[in-house]
Amino acid sequence: MRERPASRPHPLVELTRARLLEFVREPEAVFWVFVFPVLLALALGIAFRTKPPERLRAVVVRGTPAAARVAALLAGAPDLDVAVLDAAASARALRTGRADVVVDAGPDRQDAPLAVTYRYDRTRAEGRAARLAVDDALERALGRRDRLAAREEPVTAPGTRYIDFLIPGLVGLNLMGSGMWGLGFAVVQARTRKLLKRFAATPMRRSHYLLSFILSRLVGLVLEVAVVVGFGWLLFGVAVRGSILALAAVAFLGSLTFAGIGLLVAARPRTVEGVSGWMNLVQLPMWLASGSFFSYERFPAAARPLIRALPLTALNDALRAVINDGAPLAATAHELLVMAAWAAVSFALALKLFRWQ
Amino acid sequence: MSDTDGGYVPTLSQGVAARCVGLVKRYEDVTAVAGLDLEVAQGECFGLLGPNGAGKTTTVEVLEGLTRPDEGVVEVLGCRWGSGHDHELRERLGVQLQETQLGEKLTVEETLRLFASFFARSRPVGEVIATVELEEKRHARVGKLSGGQKQRLALACALVSDPDMLFLDEPTTGLDPQARLRVWDVVERFRARGGTVLLTTHAMEEASRLCDRVAIMDRGRVLTLGRPAALVAALGADQIVEFRARGEVAAERLAALPGVRGAVRTDDAWQLSVRQIDEALPALLGELERSGVALETLATHQATLEDVFVGLTGRALRDA
Repeated sequence: MRERPASRPHPLVELTRARLLEFVREPEAVFWVFVFPVLLALALGIAFRTKPPERLRAVVVRGTPAAARVAALLAGAPDLDVAVLDAAASARALRTGRADVVVDAGPDRQDAPLAVTYRYDRTRAEGRAARLAVDDALERALGRRDRLAAREEPVTAPGTRYIDFLIPGLVGLNLMGSGMWGLGFAVVQARTRKLLKRFAATPMRRSHYLLSFILSRLVGLVLEVAVVVGFGWLLFGVAVRGSILALAAVAFLGSLTFAGIGLLVAARPRTVEGVSGWMNLVQLPMWLASGSFFSYERFPAAARPLIRALPLTALNDALRAVINDGAPLAATAHELLVMAAWAAVSFALALKLFRWQ
Repeated sequence: MSDTDGGYVPTLSQGVAARCVGLVKRYEDVTAVAGLDLEVAQGECFGLLGPNGAGKTTTVEVLEGLTRPDEGVVEVLGCRWGSGHDHELRERLGVQLQETQLGEKLTVEETLRLFASFFARSRPVGEVIATVELEEKRHARVGKLSGGQKQRLALACALVSDPDMLFLDEPTTGLDPQARLRVWDVVERFRARGGTVLLTTHAMEEASRLCDRVAIMDRGRVLTLGRPAALVAALGADQIVEFRARGEVAAERLAALPGVRGAVRTDDAWQLSVRQIDEALPALLGELERSGVALETLATHQATLEDVFVGLTGRALRDA
């Protein structure tokens, strides 16, 4: 047997180095992995930034003397914007979401008690709130006396804003996207260019080749998570309330999971177009259902166990537990287990199915 | 063209570097290799010459251990693929595949370092770069190299492990003459160090220049095998006369002309193997005149491997 000189670099190190060099020399890849999620967080952060309490919008239908009276009664109400529009414009405002409630005072009979009709969408929280606010304001203005002594104490709890919810979701999404795309494209491209076949003709260990992808992902992962979390912290004050170590562990396992799934998806296809289709097919349900942008609690209860079994859901939940709730790693055991199962199964299958030429 | 008929005659006593017996490989609808026997002696340069689709690449990839044969025995450097020694065997082989595109974003040096790391024993990267004369491009990215430079880099990747045997699949296809010469140079230097080479080509000059022996292949079989000079000599012709004529000529009449050894009709031309050009040419012109056939073009050249192929198949090598 020939001896391996001590100075010779290990093939795993060289393969990983080559992967990383190829990645950083691909400007588009760098954009999608680092710049895109930051832009997304910025756009969503601005759209959903914390504003002074949302004012409710009421429209009074013009045309009757009672309408003018109602409008006057509402004039001083707090948290309420009041507009007076004709019947058609009122209906349009309600339909297009520019009004939360339409107040129709109907024909006014002198000295008869004032009667109004509220038109609003009962399924919208704003509609119900606006209806109550208008009703409350009118009753007070008409002389209702409250019997309950209520005191208000406004609080804003950190970690409950939309951006607090969003940042961990973006970290999860980013880990999924870069894991799967980065890996899938590189593997299929190497296969199309017959580079895999060329490697297969050397004594390179096949497991080293697949492992190098995972190692290179782990280097990338540190940066990816740091960029999004750091951005959220600097611009929106989204703090990591749990330990950094716990965050690192969750991100590490998440990255591993999606590297495994990426390898599995890329194990067979011969063309980049082919692998793209599969990638989209696998990722799309998770984009929608896994709670990156909105809570999966909005899906029917029957679908939730299924959604929670998805790897991205597990990753997002674990990230939120650590970032938002400051949970210890042990509290995310269920999610970690789900991810580990996905990682193990997909790696094993990928190794078995992998097409070298 | 000079040293091919020189002193080197491979004999089996020097040892066999690679051998296949009764090799068959079928793909879904075609039989790529249909019962092929060959033996490559240690230290020789052996060429598989034939048109596209002759089964050259399949044969080489079977020998490289990349393709599993359907039938037959394959031995490389004394080992059979799949007998538990594949890894050790790959350590000793240098491979250049047809159409491999190395990663475009890596530099020449990085690519070679990567390949070198796969082998237990490897040559210093700088030395290999010098061997293929890519010193100036050492830090250039692969994507920026010319076709010839890429091909030399592919050769360097095959040579970086200091292999005992080199497999080259169409090493100069698509290269200009200058670039082709430089590749030949590298192969000859590898030979000079005692390495064994198996190459495929459809360029007869390449086969004549580099190979000690060639096997002329067509449709998955070996048509003939031997030293290039011997194969050409077996035609029994010094010269080849190629002509086109308007009108019908009978093959037997042409073959019977004085000084002519044989006549083959290719697609739109006649090809005569000629031993005595001074007798054959006037006789040919006389025959054409007698038959009332107008001559369109006529050319003569020294007989080559191409003519051997034409003689065997009635087709030209390039457009077969």
